[in-house]
Amino acid sequence: MADQLLDIRNLKIEATLRPPGEKPHDVTIVEDINLSLPRGRVLGLIGESGAGKSTIGLSPAGYGRGGVRITGGEINVNGRNILELGASSMRALRGKEVCYVAQSAAAAFNPAHRIMDQVIEATLWHGLASRKQAEKRAVELFRKLGLPDPEHFGERYPHQVSGGQLQRAMTAMALCSEPDLIIFDEPTTALDVTTQMDVLAAIKEAIRDTGVSALYITHDLAVVAQVADEIMVLRHGKMVEHGETRQIIENPQQEYTQRLVSVRSIDHTAKSPGEPILTVNGITARYGKAGIGKPVLDDVSVAITPGQTLAVVGESGSGKSTLARVITGLLPPEKGNIQFDGRTLKAALKQRKKEDLRQLQMIYQMADVAMNPRHTVGTIIGRPLEFYFGLRGRKQRARVIELLEQIELGPEFHERYPAELSGGQKQRICIARALAADPKLIICDEVTSALDPLVADGILKLLLRLQEEHRVAYLFITHDLATVKAIADSIAVMYQGQVVRYGTRDEVLAPPFDDYTDLLLSSVPQMRVGWLEEAFSQRRMEAQGN
Amino acid sequence: MLRHMPVTAMIGLLLTVLFLFCAVFAPWIAPYSMAEVVGNPWEPRSAEALLGTDNIGRDLLSRLIYGARTTITIAALATILAFSLGSVLGILAAVLGGWADQLMSRGVDLLMSIPTLIFALLILSVMPSTIAVLVVVMGVLDSTRVYRLARAVAVDLNVQDFVEAARLRGEGRTWIIFREILPNALAPLIAELGLRFIFAVLFLSSLSFLGLGVQPPDADWGSLVRENRQGIVFGVPAALIPAAAIAALAISVNLVADWILKQKTDLKGGRSG
Amino acid sequence: MNSLIARLIAQRLALGISLLFAVSMLIFAGTQILPGDVAQSILGQGATPEALANIRRELGLDQPAWQRYLSWLGGILQGDLGTALSNNRDIAESLGRRVNNTLFLAFWTAVVAVPLAILLGLVAVRYQNRWPDRLISGSTLTAISLPEFFIGYLLIYFFAVQLNWFPSVASVHDRMNLGERLHAIALPAATLTLVILAHMMRMTRAAILNVMQSAYIETAELKGLRSLLIIWRHAFPNAVSPVVNVVMINLAFLVVGVVVVEVIFVYPGMGQYLIDHVSKRDIPVVQAVCLIFAAVYIGLNMIADLVSILSNPRLRHPK
Repeated sequence: MADQLLDIRNLKIEATLRPPGEKPHDVTIVEDINLSLPRGRVLGLIGESGAGKSTIGLSPAGYGRGGVRITGGEINVNGRNILELGASSMRALRGKEVCYVAQSAAAAFNPAHRIMDQVIEATLWHGLASRKQAEKRAVELFRKLGLPDPEHFGERYPHQVSGGQLQRAMTAMALCSEPDLIIFDEPTTALDVTTQMDVLAAIKEAIRDTGVSALYITHDLAVVAQVADEIMVLRHGKMVEHGETRQIIENPQQEYTQRLVSVRSIDHTAKSPGEPILTVNGITARYGKAGIGKPVLDDVSVAITPGQTLAVVGESGSGKSTLARVITGLLPPEKGNIQFDGRTLKAALKQRKKEDLRQLQMIYQMADVAMNPRHTVGTIIGRPLEFYFGLRGRKQRARVIELLEQIELGPEFHERYPAELSGGQKQRICIARALAADPKLIICDEVTSALDPLVADGILKLLLRLQEEHRVAYLFITHDLATVKAIADSIAVMYQGQVVRYGTRDEVLAPPFDDYTDLLLSSVPQMRVGWLEEAFSQRRMEAQGN
Repeated sequence: MLRHMPVTAMIGLLLTVLFLFCAVFAPWIAPYSMAEVVGNPWEPRSAEALLGTDNIGRDLLSRLIYGARTTITIAALATILAFSLGSVLGILAAVLGGWADQLMSRGVDLLMSIPTLIFALLILSVMPSTIAVLVVVMGVLDSTRVYRLARAVAVDLNVQDFVEAARLRGEGRTWIIFREILPNALAPLIAELGLRFIFAVLFLSSLSFLGLGVQPPDADWGSLVRENRQGIVFGVPAALIPAAAIAALAISVNLVADWILKQKTDLKGGRSG
Repeated sequence: MNSLIARLIAQRLALGISLLFAVSMLIFAGTQILPGDVAQSILGQGATPEALANIRRELGLDQPAWQRYLSWLGGILQGDLGTALSNNRDIAESLGRRVNNTLFLAFWTAVVAVPLAILLGLVAVRYQNRWPDRLISGSTLTAISLPEFFIGYLLIYFFAVQLNWFPSVASVHDRMNLGERLHAIALPAATLTLVILAHMMRMTRAAILNVMQSAYIETAELKGLRSLLIIWRHAFPNAVSPVVNVVMINLAFLVVGVVVVEVIFVYPGMGQYLIDHVSKRDIPVVQAVCLIFAAVYIGLNMIADLVSILSNPRLRHPK
């Protein structure tokens, strides 16, 4: 028993729901979970939203968020069942034996205190070291985690450092008290892909050097494959499959796991460009006054062929969403113009003709705020039909149902409200709304990034099919290179307001690369064991070669 | 919807309806007229005067019932004025933006930088306290609160993606205000309606208590407190009765408004709304 | 203090002062531009033409409005509030002692109400959704519906008339010592406390709950810290600004509540003075007192703004 650091038996977790106007009732959110973790091992907990992975992950700290209670089974940490501990013994466990790294370090750090004070707080509170020793250890951890100026990093306040740095500082905070177990709760999800790789590598190295055990919670199988020794796949609060990382990735037994592993393996043959439907010519744009500061878009030119997809890829701050705002007329540019279907579009939305607006539709990232919660699906899809084509009454209804069929939803959805739909269904309704206008071009702004991988896959397949059937062109804005490979015919890579690489999909994704595209491509986690090490040794070799 | 109503909200609704009934049917249910002297000053409760008599011997119950009419009418009119003015201008400011928004918002800031009661007293020092003046003064001053709320809610909604989607479709201002923004702004505004009414009742009562609100021979509940306040020192609780009536009305409406406010989340989606 | 904060504070002060000027204009305009002849409305329909002419001259109605405004404002800036129409006495002189009395009442109310409200707010947070919280929430719902005079007369009826513990009329004069004064204002101060307590408690509860729901509180809990330490070290520094804001908003309520309470208890303060002169239509007095009330109100709101600037770590430690 002694070498089992963590041993969970028949875990059952319930929560009390309090819907307004109804009696509060209990629901089971986690059931029948058994796992044991020897010292020095890392277990990945993976699942889609609602799988209960965070709830299970937090249970070794005896902690449940908002009305969540552990109602059955046992959780043994270092050989004792923590569910039988009193309040003060529980406090002695937290921050000393079990530490936690949150998804958003920016929110998890107190804005009122210096980073150092927060990093060493648990160590001092539990009397594990003197302030001097703790600070020395923290500085060592800062150095190990690759933070800049480790000697003085701790003197800064949380808002003075970047998100990636805070995430590393939070890892230092968890490691500082030399705990036995660290819970990592999606620590890299909120980060840009290039930052994610660095943080991931830092976390992995720190785990290896200190010999700490870890629970690593994430929805991204490719990420967890890099850090975990074993993986547990969860769905609806129950275990689907549990095994060594290599086995789960290379030889999944359950059908659900197989789908998770093969996600994003959509492929389509890229078409070669032809006479463009939309040309963006030398657009320079900025928010605020003209001529002041750095422009958000700097001399951007791209073109889209009818019935094809141009993917615009970039990290946050690259200006990719601003490009969409310029094309739709929400943000008139300072310089440059936009040709659409052989004519020059007016810069401002208000001056554009109804016909221009109809032919250029948009789909948003967050489907639930892109639809009026007070309108039924029938109104949401029916309104463009009425507005552009004057379709009313029975004719409108028939057309709405036809459109619902195209997005693979039944006619019963006609009367529903957005609140009654799942995330994937909402996004489908938004696609139908865009389609109702019978457009020539649809701008898709991160349309799959808020969705679980399997749902996102469904949406991508739907978009590809609709493109075949309607010959509609897509301007596909995304930060996710895997999506780009699946759907694009041409690609524009954006970095700090400029297009740094542009061409057909096969040109852009084939070497020789420019530095940024290389960094971007090599940062996307691949679904195989050992990718992280290879990518890093590759980078080191390149650096030496230069 | 009524089946899920908690007891407190039920009591609130019942009392509110009772007060409204008194206000509407005052001449039929009051035992005496407003001005009729039925006994000596400050007589205790009796079969003739169920709540006793007032400072000059009029029936307190009758005056209370007629007072309900005055109080509720003026407060309701002021609330309606405050509401229509505040919510229309607030939503308009949010949708128009630019200088129109700036002008209105800074004007409201200015009005709100003087406490409402003080500002009302200032106006009433030069204007006569007629019912029309009271309604306009209370309504305009209170519309600043409604304006702030309506504008905040509308500004929030105006930047939502679904409103942007409507703009990109080419929808006009009328559709955006009435079909996209208003249905979503209604729930918080309706909850606010109850609170504004309570405020109007308390505000009018305070003005009348200070002798600057409803003027004799008319009398609202605040005036009744003022007329009978001397009695307190002699141990006659006549002034406490209209004061308690004001409190009861305000609490009842508050209980109902509180219940509606809690329903708000329910109204947000789904068909139950 | 860094230059960013200094600049923000300077901006806020400038804004407060310009707001005060705008308010003085509004107060002046409010008594001038209204329909009807002011002189006529002061003296009533039966006034003789000579009396009307007299009062017009006294009010300076023969001069253009902006000139009258400037001379009024100029006087105020030098501490001259003008002369009362009703008794020809200097307003500043008559106001002096009354301002002191009002501040005395407001101060002792605040001394009782503010700590009590914050304490009860904390209790409500500590026992969230349990009976102490429900009791507090329920009683606040009731308390914000009660008019000041209901509370006031209720207290008089029981504590002054029935029990005879305190005087029903809160008269103070120069020969009283502090103890006697406090005894005299016990009931008005209790009334005011009850009026603002509920609101302040409810808002304090909301402000602290908002902070307690932050992710950094969860981090602290997962460090195994004791709950008092979490509140003191992690919640308190972030709750200062919202709580100060709550206190200031409620002190502003207090300023208004004072007017009615002074009338209930016949307390010789500024509110009583204002009400007397509104009924007498003594416009110079009304203008002066309104301006003082507005200045206090604006000042309190400005303090709340300044505290929130000074306690914001993002501003205190810029990048």
